[in-house]
Amino acid sequence: MAAAGTDSYAQEAHRPGQRTWMHAIVRALFIAISLTFLGAVLLAPLATVFIMAFAKGVAAYLHVFSDPDTLAAIRLTLITAAVVVPLNTVFGLAASWAIAKFEFRGKSVLITLIDLPLAISPVISGMIFVLLFGLHGWFGLWLQAHDISIIFALPGIMLATMFVTFPYVARELIPLMQQLGNDEEEAAITLGAGGWMTFFRVTLPKVRWGLVYGMVLCNARAMGEFGAVSVVSGHIRGLTNTMPLHIEILYNEYNFVGAFAVASLLTLLAAFTLVVKTLVERTGYRRR
Amino acid sequence: MSFRAPSILPGFGLTFGFTTFFLSTIVLLPLAALVLAGTSMHWADFVHTVFSARAIGSYRLSFGASLLAASINLVFGFVIAWTLTRYEFPGRKLIDALIDMPFALPTAVSGIALTTVFAQNGWIGRLLEPLGIKVAYTWLGVTLALTLISMPFAVRAVQPALLEVQRDLEDAAETLGAGRLYVFRRIILPTILPALLTGFTLAFARAVGEYGSVIFISGNLPMKTEITPLLIVIHLEQFDYQGAAALGLVMLVISFVMLLAINLLQAWGRRNHVRTAS
Repeated sequence: MAAAGTDSYAQEAHRPGQRTWMHAIVRALFIAISLTFLGAVLLAPLATVFIMAFAKGVAAYLHVFSDPDTLAAIRLTLITAAVVVPLNTVFGLAASWAIAKFEFRGKSVLITLIDLPLAISPVISGMIFVLLFGLHGWFGLWLQAHDISIIFALPGIMLATMFVTFPYVARELIPLMQQLGNDEEEAAITLGAGGWMTFFRVTLPKVRWGLVYGMVLCNARAMGEFGAVSVVSGHIRGLTNTMPLHIEILYNEYNFVGAFAVASLLTLLAAFTLVVKTLVERTGYRRR
Repeated sequence: MSFRAPSILPGFGLTFGFTTFFLSTIVLLPLAALVLAGTSMHWADFVHTVFSARAIGSYRLSFGASLLAASINLVFGFVIAWTLTRYEFPGRKLIDALIDMPFALPTAVSGIALTTVFAQNGWIGRLLEPLGIKVAYTWLGVTLALTLISMPFAVRAVQPALLEVQRDLEDAAETLGAGRLYVFRRIILPTILPALLTGFTLAFARAVGEYGSVIFISGNLPMKTEITPLLIVIHLEQFDYQGAAALGLVMLVISFVMLLAINLLQAWGRRNHVRTAS
């Protein structure tokens, strides 16, 4: 976006009819409306997170993170992301290789199916696993007989998170690989390189920024997912509470410093995600 | 025609196999479970659950507020996209990056933050209180939360289309005596219309399913401020899996229709004008 945008700004000053007072008023009006809207809807809530988190001082803020339940929530969120993000990354690489490098029938159907979780309400994303593995679900009795718990336990949280973040890496990589074409890979194979060597030495370096971006987005969503995880977790304090769920509990207990302190960590994560996105775009990689 | 076109590149079997296997286990089979659970109900039970007064109240709020939020974003998304693509001002790049914040920000965080800002004693809620406008714990609050989380979809859909508008045509029209509004109506609007509608549909589709940010600001009163996803959660908490599955199926069908609409709109956008190098 930035590259194509710069040209039009450069021309702006020399364009006919752009220096009239009418144009100046419209310009000021548009900027004012945009900033007011974003200020009220986006910036005020963002600022609130930090103001509420530090409302009772730095000591109270830091004290939140000495609570064992809070630490357990942070740990659970990190563990979940550490499992989900690599798995979805491997999937994204495999899917993009199959889809971008080959022509086969039903390709567009496959792409649509991969994007499916994005169109589904997070609550439904969690519910489908309850229907399968919950106590009254299909495999509920069997699982209980074998003493395996999936719902209200870590595996359920991971499954729900995996479902929700499923498309993120793939949908960054597929258009990128399609755009870059197969010429270099075909040359490598013709010259005698093996499939894995071609992948690691030719393809991976080409798509690395798209991969980084997809993984960062996947991670942000994995750590921040609320609805789907809320349905499968059972909200057991210190055991199955992820950070977003812990925020809800603290908030409902009127522990606002606690809730917003945990929220501030997730806000920083979101900010980090946006910084990575901006840096990746600066390398010339552009989201389509 | 065979299943796939010949290629000298290796790895199709491995990657295609892994992709379809993983897709089936994580996404398709669980979704099939929902469809089966929803359709295996007795027809009368299904109708009873799906058309209960409480369910209809929740659809009205979910769809009404989502439509309103998508419409608000249609207008403001266009204004913001226009401002970001056509004008240079200090902080433009920062604002441009911040547009994606609702994507990256966990919904629980936006939920509690919005509630705090728009509650009666919050920064903005305090200003609206004397005007008799209550936002938090009303349908307005629901709309607001949905507006925030679906805003990036609208802006990001319109931005590239605005960059593609041919400035030569605008110049030519103005040289020939067309006013700015006429140019907008006859040149700019036709170019960006598919993108505007795509953004609207994407925003609506995202808003309908939203749960996390809404439950904090809505107050969750049955029939009044209870969204459909919340009603599903309530059914699940009462171990009424079938009722939850029935409502889930209704929402799933709607998601599919939205997805279809988005694809058709995007195809229309591609057909409507030849894209310049992007």
